[in-house]
Amino acid sequence: MPETFAGLPELPKKDRLKIPRHPMPEQAPAERVRNFSEVALGYTPETAIEEAQRCLQCKEQPCVAGCPVGIDIPAFIDLIRRGDFAGAQAKIKETNTLPAICGRVCPQEDQCEQVCVTGKKFKPVAIGRLERFVADWEMASGEVAMPECAPFSGHKVAIVGSGPAGLTCAAELARMGHKVTIFEALHKAGGVLVYGIPEFRLPKAIVDYEIANLERMGVEIRTSFVVGKTATVHELFHEMGYDAIFLGTGAGLPYFLGIPGENYIGVLSANEFLTRVNLMKAYKFPAADTPVRLGRRVAVIGSGNVAMDCLRCAKRLGAEEVICVYRRTRAESPARAEELERAEEEGIDFRWLSAPLEIFGNEEGFVTGMRIQRMELGEPDSSGRRRPVPIAGSEYEIPIDTVIVAVGQGPNPLVTRTTPGLELNRHGCIVVDKETQMSSIPGVFAGGDIVTGAATVILAMGAGKQAAAAIHQWLGKLERGEVSKPWLASPAVA
Amino acid sequence: MFTILKKEEIGPKFWRFLIAAPEIARKHRPGQFVMVLIDENGERIPLTLADSDAEAGTITLVVQEVGKTTMQMGALPEGFRLMSVVGPLGAPTHIEKVGTVVCVGGGAGIAPLLPIARGMKAAGNQVISILGGRTRDLVILRAEMEAASHEVIYTTDDGSFGRKGLVTHALTDLIAERGKPDLVVAIGPAIMMKVVSDLTRQHGIKTLVSLNTIMIDGTGMCGGCRVTVGDEAKFVCVDGPEFDGHAVDFDLMMKRLRTYLPEEQLARERYLRAEHTCQALKGVDHA
Ligand SMILES: Cc1cc2nc3c(=O)[nH]c(=O)nc-3n(C[C@H](O)[C@H](O)[C@H](O)COP(=O)(O)OP(=O)(O)OC[C@H]3O[C@@H](n4cnc5c(N)ncnc54)[C@H](O)[C@@H]3O)c2cc1C
Ligand SMILES: Cc1cc2nc3c(=O)[nH]c(=O)nc-3n(C[C@H](O)[C@H](O)[C@H](O)COP(=O)(O)OP(=O)(O)OC[C@H]3O[C@@H](n4cnc5c(N)ncnc54)[C@H](O)[C@@H]3O)c2cc1C
Ligand code: SF4
Ligand code: SF4
Ligand code: FES
Repeated sequence: MPETFAGLPELPKKDRLKIPRHPMPEQAPAERVRNFSEVALGYTPETAIEEAQRCLQCKEQPCVAGCPVGIDIPAFIDLIRRGDFAGAQAKIKETNTLPAICGRVCPQEDQCEQVCVTGKKFKPVAIGRLERFVADWEMASGEVAMPECAPFSGHKVAIVGSGPAGLTCAAELARMGHKVTIFEALHKAGGVLVYGIPEFRLPKAIVDYEIANLERMGVEIRTSFVVGKTATVHELFHEMGYDAIFLGTGAGLPYFLGIPGENYIGVLSANEFLTRVNLMKAYKFPAADTPVRLGRRVAVIGSGNVAMDCLRCAKRLGAEEVICVYRRTRAESPARAEELERAEEEGIDFRWLSAPLEIFGNEEGFVTGMRIQRMELGEPDSSGRRRPVPIAGSEYEIPIDTVIVAVGQGPNPLVTRTTPGLELNRHGCIVVDKETQMSSIPGVFAGGDIVTGAATVILAMGAGKQAAAAIHQWLGKLERGEVSKPWLASPAVA
Repeated sequence: MFTILKKEEIGPKFWRFLIAAPEIARKHRPGQFVMVLIDENGERIPLTLADSDAEAGTITLVVQEVGKTTMQMGALPEGFRLMSVVGPLGAPTHIEKVGTVVCVGGGAGIAPLLPIARGMKAAGNQVISILGGRTRDLVILRAEMEAASHEVIYTTDDGSFGRKGLVTHALTDLIAERGKPDLVVAIGPAIMMKVVSDLTRQHGIKTLVSLNTIMIDGTGMCGGCRVTVGDEAKFVCVDGPEFDGHAVDFDLMMKRLRTYLPEEQLARERYLRAEHTCQALKGVDHA
């Protein structure tokens, strides 16, 4: 039996505003840089109830509008205040299938919490932390409320890619009674959640738990299956009998800088580094077979979330000096504020307004150093950010053993190349109808990073959910004979 | 799925595996490979599809023991289920009728060469194969290659079989005696592919090589397999594994292959020590 909690009374508004926001208990920096365990430790039930008491239960609910999936935030927070954690979790699950994950990795400060009314004068209600709290509480209680699934509709849907977009789309469709199979290229499901985001930010046990729940809902997961190679989209329709297809293949193609010396040994893409460390568990080498070697000095190019993850992994793997090289300033850094702060606490050496010019290597081909150009901010560019311009004569060189390139990723072309008739934009992303997420091929839907380019977990989930609703409608039309499965011109073999 | 149905030793530390993988078997074309993962803590390694049977739903892999993972594969029993086999990956070989094709194979490279030679012969080409190894037993798949070629020339470093010397010596003589072939396909150790490419460049003979860089995912996601071809960076797993041998920067590639030398050695020693202890323990049990 899960414990029951008494809850706290609803306070008058002015008293609620007096309660300070509850900090997140964390592992101390000096300790956490020596392990891969989660940094944030989570609220206790008492803290969660007190934090919930801070919510003003605003009628206009700006926070709900700030959440890309529109969670009924005041309602779930009120349930926490009353001590009804199971009720709170059920409320969240009405709209969000992966709360334990969103509560951890959502950029809340730019979404729900940014518009929180309490936050105007004081600090916003810790919506993300509360969301995480109830999800963790449910997991620990061992009693999971599974959503009701409608009876089998007679339709089969293939989901390609098991990142947040694919997982969400699968859960929604399973609920509507469709038979769903997820095809995943890697040997483990979860997309960026397992191969990219490190254990200390998102424990893999949580992703595994969510995936196990999906399987309990009847979703079949086929790992080690590359759509476009093991079978094409055409074959999924006409040989394997799927009635609709959702492509959630993400933005997995690493970009490099195109500067001299990039092929020296010790220059790796963020994807290679993070895949070795997270998916293949290189931090356990030699107990796990995949190695990663960093040396004493590591430079990471870029300053987004991906770069933060690389920097902090490198630190934990024992590199003595870990340097972040970014051509703009801290203010322009696209990383989440929280992650930047944590990286700073962990002793990362940030070199703002610095651009790499060239990487040097020795006779054996190993990286030995890097030349860096100092920059200053000039006029704003098309994105509205001030453009970094080189300061003449400011170049300097640093010795370095490893360079990790974290300057962005593009759409993975494996599926798009082998699906004739699929319309792409000039970046190689799939073009879809905004309302239905349907691509230029009827019956083929897409969402997440493969459509938007590298974005966020919650946006990918939102797209997966929207697509599921449209797929459900399309399947109805298929049943009534109003549409038919697409016949793709000369199914290409790549 | 991915069960080892049959395993046989076809040379010293050379194993042939028959593995259940119906979907891969159905799609396989010569020149493609799979990524194999033995278990949860294993490493994903690339292995070429040496053969496949779409009807039986099986694929054939030929593995040479060189390090921890391949040694561990050599010790797996029939009936073992591999955690993951992904594929078929990479672009298939462009097989067409060009005239005379010389297939040059060395070491484990003979395995990937087999389906290509077979395909080239079926397409109506005159196929001459030059197969080499350090010593007689290391020249594998001889009967199969003989069936797939019109003619086979063997070389061994120690002269224990065929002519003494390297495959390039045989190729030089072949060109001198019979003129230039229309295409050379060379698969083997990087150094062998490099010298073959250097030789054929002098003669202006089109040459395909199949690169064996270190890979992690094999699906274009990590860039770890990148090589310089011409002036461009290419990903071997999606753009290759076959490239124009005359455009490949072999020196850089060979350096990159040495990235993890100390770790590979550590893993190998650790594995052999554990194996040893295991065997010893087994001995105690039986006593
Ligand atoms: C290191 C890192 C840190 C991040 N941190 C955050 C964060 O803190 N907060 C946040 O909101 N967002 C973060 N993001 C971004 C976020 O993870 C992505 O926006 C999100 O995962 C996109 O989801 P997706 O479902 O579209 O694709 P992905 O998660 O990329 O999943 C796509 C899946 O499809 C599979 N696939 C690709 N091609 C095929 C094929 N042909 N056949 C079968 N399967 C295929 C891939 O193997 C992969 O598993 C981060 C990203 C990275 C890389
Ligand atoms: C596309 C492709 C197809 C391949 N096909 C086959 C095949 O059909 N049969 C086969 O036996 N091998 C094949 N290889 C090579 C095989 O992947 C490696 O032998 C294997 O990864 C070694 O792993 P290990 O842990 O046993 O040895 P490790 O300890 O990782 O390496 C041991 C030694 O082998 C060498 N080595 C490491 N990785 C590679 C590599 N990728 N290629 C060549 N040498 C390497 C290194 O010099 C190292 O010193 C292929 C490689 C590629 C890229
Ligand atoms: S899903 Fe993200 S944006 Fe929505 S409430 Fe949760 S943390 Fe906020
Ligand atoms: S805006 Fe803030 S205070 Fe208002 S209901 Fe939402 S979470 Fe509560
Ligand atoms: S192996 Fe990762 S991109 Fe080729």
